[in-house]
Amino acid sequence: MSRVDGYGRIDRSRTLTFTFDGEQYAGHPGDTLASALLANGVRRVGTSVKLDRPRGITAAWSEDPTGLVQVEEPFPEPMLLATTVDLVDGLVARGLGGRGRLAEVPDTARYDRRYTHCETLVIGAGPAGLLAARTAARRGDRVVLVDDRPAAGGSLLGTERICGRSAFDFVADTVAELRADPDVRILPRTTAFGHYDDGFVLALERRTDHLAQPPRDVSRQRVWRIRAGHVVVATGAHERPIVVEDNDRPGIMLAASARDLLHRYGVLVGREIVVFTTDDAAYDAAADLERAGARVTVVDPRPGAGGSATHHARVVGTSATGSEDGAVTAVTLDDGTVLPCDALLLSGGWNPTAHLFSHVRGALRYDAELGAFRPGEPLDGGTVVGAANGTFDLAGCLAEGRGETPEPVARRTHVLWRTEGEPARQFVDLQRDSTVADIARAVASGMRSVEHVKRYTTIGTAHDQGKTSGVIASGITAELLGVPVESLGTTTFRPPYTPVAFAALAGRQRGRLYDPERTTALHAWHVEAGAVFEDVGQWKRARYYPRPGEDMEAAVLRECAAARTGVGILDGSTLGKIDVQGPDAGVLLDRIYTNMMSSLKPGRVRYGVMCGVDGMVIDDGTVLRIDDERFLVYTTTGGAAPILDHLEEWLQTEWPELRVSLTSVTEQWATFPVVGPRSRDVIGAFAPHVDVSNAAFPFMSWLDTEVDGVPVRLARISFSGELAWEVSVDGWHAAAVWRRLLDLGAPHGITPYGTETMHVLRAEKGYPIIGQDTDGTVTPQDLGTEWAVSKKKPDFVGRRSFARPANLDPLRKQLVGLLPVDPDLKLPEGSQIVELTDALPPPPVPMLGHVTSSYRSAALGRTFALALVKGGHARIGERLTVPVDGALVPVEVTGSVLFDPEGTRRDGEPSVR
Amino acid sequence: MVSRVSGDVVTDVLRPAGALDGWAGRFAALPDSVTLLAEPFHAMVDVRTADPAALERLVGAPLPGPNAWSGGERVTAIWLGPDEWLLTSPFLSPAELEGAARETGAAALPDARLAVVDVSAQRTTVRLRGAHARDVLETGCAIDLLPRSFGAGSAAVTLLGQSGVVLLGLGPSDYRILVRSSFAAYLAEWLLDAASEWR
Amino acid sequence: MQLIHCPWCGPREEVEFHYGGQAGVAYPADPAVLSDEEWARYVFVRDNPKGRFEERWSHSAGCRRWFTAVRDTVTYRFER
Ligand SMILES: [Zn+2]
Repeated sequence: MSRVDGYGRIDRSRTLTFTFDGEQYAGHPGDTLASALLANGVRRVGTSVKLDRPRGITAAWSEDPTGLVQVEEPFPEPMLLATTVDLVDGLVARGLGGRGRLAEVPDTARYDRRYTHCETLVIGAGPAGLLAARTAARRGDRVVLVDDRPAAGGSLLGTERICGRSAFDFVADTVAELRADPDVRILPRTTAFGHYDDGFVLALERRTDHLAQPPRDVSRQRVWRIRAGHVVVATGAHERPIVVEDNDRPGIMLAASARDLLHRYGVLVGREIVVFTTDDAAYDAAADLERAGARVTVVDPRPGAGGSATHHARVVGTSATGSEDGAVTAVTLDDGTVLPCDALLLSGGWNPTAHLFSHVRGALRYDAELGAFRPGEPLDGGTVVGAANGTFDLAGCLAEGRGETPEPVARRTHVLWRTEGEPARQFVDLQRDSTVADIARAVASGMRSVEHVKRYTTIGTAHDQGKTSGVIASGITAELLGVPVESLGTTTFRPPYTPVAFAALAGRQRGRLYDPERTTALHAWHVEAGAVFEDVGQWKRARYYPRPGEDMEAAVLRECAAARTGVGILDGSTLGKIDVQGPDAGVLLDRIYTNMMSSLKPGRVRYGVMCGVDGMVIDDGTVLRIDDERFLVYTTTGGAAPILDHLEEWLQTEWPELRVSLTSVTEQWATFPVVGPRSRDVIGAFAPHVDVSNAAFPFMSWLDTEVDGVPVRLARISFSGELAWEVSVDGWHAAAVWRRLLDLGAPHGITPYGTETMHVLRAEKGYPIIGQDTDGTVTPQDLGTEWAVSKKKPDFVGRRSFARPANLDPLRKQLVGLLPVDPDLKLPEGSQIVELTDALPPPPVPMLGHVTSSYRSAALGRTFALALVKGGHARIGERLTVPVDGALVPVEVTGSVLFDPEGTRRDGEPSVR
Repeated sequence: MVSRVSGDVVTDVLRPAGALDGWAGRFAALPDSVTLLAEPFHAMVDVRTADPAALERLVGAPLPGPNAWSGGERVTAIWLGPDEWLLTSPFLSPAELEGAARETGAAALPDARLAVVDVSAQRTTVRLRGAHARDVLETGCAIDLLPRSFGAGSAAVTLLGQSGVVLLGLGPSDYRILVRSSFAAYLAEWLLDAASEWR
Repeated sequence: MQLIHCPWCGPREEVEFHYGGQAGVAYPADPAVLSDEEWARYVFVRDNPKGRFEERWSHSAGCRRWFTAVRDTVTYRFER
């Protein structure tokens, strides 16, 4: 056991049991997995990813490059750092060889996000951060203080004195003052991992992992989305090792980390310790460790540094002779001395943790005195204070926290990236097994940029993102190139600062809340009726209503037959609807639609096509003229929002002089097409006071009426070629009207049908679906809807493009029908189309187009398809080939209208007219 | 009421239904610190006018400026855009509110243009109250909801979760949320899920 | 995640907005008189400066108003 009495903030009165690599151990509340392992003498945590070398704990917190574990219990999670895993009773973990494994059981924990706003966000609750938070709070700011450790204090270990008092008393008093302020929010165990524009910071709060009994309804992790007027980066510094040969063995770690482990957890990392340093701070560590009972030898190449016991030499290698766990047993100095030891502590100076400054494009400047990159310019909307700013003395940190400029303090860091030795065993990035030899290879290959060296060697690309290795890699690269470090710079820090689980980023946005499910007013009815739903954008639409024993094909054939021979009813409420109102409403619509809308009479309906300026079809639908100054525009389901935006864009940015206003009424109106030769009977019964004869209620007309006092709009519109009415009613009465129509239709066998049947019915008539039969490269002429393109209007959006040579090319892809020669063969949608052949030519095979829609038709008694085919209109009557699953399927090109091309059915079957 | 059509008895009257009918049970299971109440059948009309004074007689106050609502229990006016307001009323029928808006506007501004559209079924209304009401909103609303920034009389057309909403501040820990009817079930599910921490 | 200032609603999250490309590209007064090349230039060609850029934005999840904003394409910053 390497636990020493009198040190640490762990609760020794309670014991926790945990399992590592199958062995049971004991630890205490307040331990991390790493400290508990070290306390139990477990120094080898895993093996390295490429070379399979034993690896241990090399740093005490999130900068550790080596101590990766797989946690199995209480919560399975791969690739966590043992140094940041809170020890809980029953914890089960094992060491990793560089790669983890995703859990095979679903993650049942909750994750969420939380937005908050403040005037001042302070990141880091060390001495500088605490004073910055206190200063802002006393000023009256709303303050958020985040810190990644369980408790405030940062680098303070309790041995320091602030204003004549113990540092911990100072921390406790400051935290108490902040806690008492209702405008201050303190978030411990919270890592600010990304800093973005305009004071936006993302932080991950670990809320329950440290609890013995995590509350079920509390999220395990929470992503805070903090919008701050001012961001104070007080994130401290990371100690930097010195690269020596065989520097990757267990038992080799950073000097300050060993000190941290002693003071936080009462863990003494060795009894016979060698400290190799080029910086004064390591002497504090050496003294503390000695006081705690270790024998410490300091090796410091700086002349005059240290006391008489200091070896003025350099460590050039380590050995692990006779060590069962591969841990260090001795170090070799450049003067030939061999020092036996059970721990080697390294300290080559300190790197300001300036990641969150870099995220917002803050430029770092190389400071040759520190051998480190530090913030080199003021930050717009933020400040960097304390060690993160390169201010390493406590007095200076406190001053910067208060917003003052500290007295400069000279440092005597001797910059030493590495000592002499075998480059292939001098590890720079211990997690990636990347060595000085890899950097040398990169440089020899001609790489001159640290960004290239990083990608070639993978240094800095592991979980720790090079917190301890990045600057060293720059330094060694510069040495090898013979250029100053400042001319190379360092690699760019990017979020996240520490790894973040995808589950935390997803938050509550999974399962049913992954994406909004939009539903119509009839949704409950559809569910009860056993509908199978399909996703149409965010909408849940009833696709078909299978009866017992029916598959989709059988259900759709039945639903289609009902609409063609009796009467069917569809929930068409998802269609977009826009109220267009104002004296210039007609002018606006004339400029937007390809056809004339201003000539439409109130009470009438017109089909229209809309194009972009490039002349390509973007939407289609019907337009009802309500009165002289008012129209109701129907868009496709998917077009509801984009077409409203499109209209607003033209209206607001090009034609603000037009007196028109646009209002979405998509959910205001529920719309039910009642379709089929028997629809007249149903509508006649539904609105008995309305004359539904063809003469009184002709095709493409509409009227408003009331049924039982409820306003109802009836329109004779057909998307199937059959006699049909669209019944529209406000959303409040939608379900009641739907049920009424079903009741009244029952004697006629009214059959609810879904979107699949709607598609078949419209395809039989050659009506395109924008977005299915078109793809943004299709003109009205390509669709065969030039009849809806006005020749009288001087201009409308897209008109000029129709005259472009590309739009006049006779080989443009055009919409046609396809009839497979085998009437039972349904072509897969998306199939490619080639010239008629019984053997494909060698690739590349010239493609003529593709199948856009394909169905089995009850009315035609066969399969059919719609397709976009090069020069398709001129190919009608020809045969082409569609390769399907290796077979070459012959198909005949037809016009796109396959059913009732004369349009005899839209006024009803002659016998029932 | 029973209507008779060609001899067949049609038993159902055309009764209105709210977009959140059927959610009352799950809402009722929430604690006092987060209460949800569906408020169906508020009449709503969208009004476009250049003159904020146009509807003062109906609303009882000038039409509000950006990020605010005005009026009272009978008729509330919510700012939606620089020339656009939403009038809501739990007491008037949609036709009454639409008619009143047209008449009031025409009387106040005989020559000016006023567009009025009944949008009563376009959105539905949920009331969110309780000590943790703001906590619930802050799990999915990016605007600053601290009372000093968003108090009684505040309104925002913004996003809550992944749904567009009109959010009204009614008082401390008291909000009204207007949501597109097709998103209402999603939002109800989202709010219930957000509230689970305080169950 | 920028904050974008809607001239009506004030600062809002960038997700509430819809980008509309270069501002000030007027619809030609009479497209019919333009050559194919001139028309193609209007339809397809936009400036792509390094630095100040006048752009159109729509506060699509808020007040639905289009407005023009000047943004620096190097720093992304909006001028205010
Ligand atoms: Zn706005």
